[in-house]
Amino acid sequence: MTKNRSTSTERGRIQISGFDSDHVTERDPLSGWTEESGRATQSRWERAWSRFKRNRSAIIGLAVVSILALLAVFSRPITVYGLTVQPFSIAPYDPTTILYLSDPTVSIYDSPSTSHPMGVDGSGRDLFSRILYGGRYSISIGFVVVALTASFGMVYGAISGYYGGWVDEIMMRIVDTIFAFPGLILALIIVAILGGGYWQLVLAFSLFGWATYGRLIRGEVLSIKENEYVLAAKALGARDRSVIFRHIIPNAMPPLIVYATLNIGTVVIGVAALGFLGLGMPPGTAEWGTMLDQTRETLIQGPDGSIPWWATIYPGAAIFIFVMAMNMIGDGINDALDAQQTGVGQEGGD
Amino acid sequence: MSLRRFILKRVLSIIPILFGVSVITFALVHLTPGDPIDQMIGLNPDMTRADEAQLRARYGLDGPVWQQYMTWIGNVITGDLGQVYSSGRDVSWIIQARLPETVALGLFGWAFGLLIAIPTGIYAAVKKDQFADTASRFLALSGISIPNFWLGLMLILIGSLWIGLWPVLPPSRQPLYHPEMLWYLILPGITIGTASAASIMRVMRTSMAEEMNKEYVMAARAKGLPERTVVLKHVLRNSLISVVTLAATLTASIVAGSVVVEFVFNWPGLGREFINAINQREINLIMGITLFTGVFIILANLLADILYAVLDPRIRYD
Repeated sequence: MTKNRSTSTERGRIQISGFDSDHVTERDPLSGWTEESGRATQSRWERAWSRFKRNRSAIIGLAVVSILALLAVFSRPITVYGLTVQPFSIAPYDPTTILYLSDPTVSIYDSPSTSHPMGVDGSGRDLFSRILYGGRYSISIGFVVVALTASFGMVYGAISGYYGGWVDEIMMRIVDTIFAFPGLILALIIVAILGGGYWQLVLAFSLFGWATYGRLIRGEVLSIKENEYVLAAKALGARDRSVIFRHIIPNAMPPLIVYATLNIGTVVIGVAALGFLGLGMPPGTAEWGTMLDQTRETLIQGPDGSIPWWATIYPGAAIFIFVMAMNMIGDGINDALDAQQTGVGQEGGD
Repeated sequence: MSLRRFILKRVLSIIPILFGVSVITFALVHLTPGDPIDQMIGLNPDMTRADEAQLRARYGLDGPVWQQYMTWIGNVITGDLGQVYSSGRDVSWIIQARLPETVALGLFGWAFGLLIAIPTGIYAAVKKDQFADTASRFLALSGISIPNFWLGLMLILIGSLWIGLWPVLPPSRQPLYHPEMLWYLILPGITIGTASAASIMRVMRTSMAEEMNKEYVMAARAKGLPERTVVLKHVLRNSLISVVTLAATLTASIVAGSVVVEFVFNWPGLGREFINAINQREINLIMGITLFTGVFIILANLLADILYAVLDPRIRYD
């Protein structure tokens, strides 16, 4: 817009006289609004992020999760096909090395000391190193499972809700059926069939874990598809696929993100529970739940009257702290996105 | 739609779900590359082909999968869940024998959850945004985040090994109805109830805080009712409806929790039996317990939905 407006002095039948339109200059604006600030409106995500930043517990959660993840990544060097990708090594010992074989001063169940800050476990391995390293399994499985289940559930729910009718009916009956089983029981059976291991665990939690996302997104889509902009997109000849992915799914994201964040904690606990039951990673793996499995027997029986509490407290505390931090982030996102009306924020893990 | 028609429709709607549950149960277990007969052959190298075929026929493991499913589902409908291979006992007998132990544990967990959560939830909602509220929210978040098996181990560590109030394992196992068993139920009960307590607490607080802003509360206050009556009589009743909705979800989480908690405390219920069945690949027992769990949760959901409809006349039945 130009500074000098050329305004016609004739408006309808009313004759405006007394000013020279060529010499009218714009005055100082009455409010702080300028065209630039108007264009720079905050998007929904920017607004949510600025609200999230002010939420102290959410920021603490984010910090804890980042620290645990970084510690896990930098705990031992990572090599890919003989090439060292990550050379740092925070953990003082290799998590699977049995120390008393090389170092005669170490024996099984040594209590915490300066050289072994979290003590030594029942097989003579350094617990501190194992706990740092163990995050690799739990955290990555949690994120991979949630990424897989959330994306599949999103598409499933969107199709079901968008098309409605008998498609919806059949798709939702399938979801109802999956809901009849607790996720842990299904995961137990799958791991029992396939055996333990990283990808087996991912499959065990992904195969049925998408159902909640499906139901959640379907509910969102049912209300979103009534909006005028969806009708407008259809009227302009948009294909179903582009209506779903461009107009409906982006608007169904907030509750999905909240649920996904809370779900990571649930999956991590589930993976650890399978490990604890002896069905997760192979025995001896430095996974948080598997580490507890090895201490259960000795904890209950107590080796020669002493109680190696450190072998029980630390691995479980690692799971607890991670899941707690994840839930704090989830609550923070929920508040920031104002997704409360969907009710997802209230459920949390199980 | 009248309430009666809603209930009828809801009851009928579980039929396809029951069918689906039986299919999932059967399919999951039969994805196994080897069946128990293969295991027996592994243990008995001099078994002939004829013996193998005879064994398969005896346990109904011959024929295509769909035929096996038809045989199995036919037996299930008549109440026959098959036998355990190792001991020859009926699966349904085992479920009957183990169920009371799990139900006792679950009920104790439920009771513990409600007893802790409802008063705390009310208190937190009344003192919204004050210290008590923040503290209880933190506790609830911890309760949701704590892995139940670790909580169980910690309770054993503290209650049995450090304080010594409980023996690690009950010295003599009395029948369940014996009052002594109540004492041994405390630690596993708390372990299984904590997550539910935390969830109920969160929902209680949210729904109480929401109800407090409604007009009928203002009307009750304006009428001069003491705050106590307003909260405990008017607000509480309406907030409890949302707890009923949560009940079904929590039943599923208690069932799943019982598997782990019974393993930690060596409690002889269905959950521990399930782990044993998985470790020994007792297919019939795995299927029996899985199916039983599925049907149980479907019925719990049904009950919660009907209760919800009865309690809240405003909801639309659709």
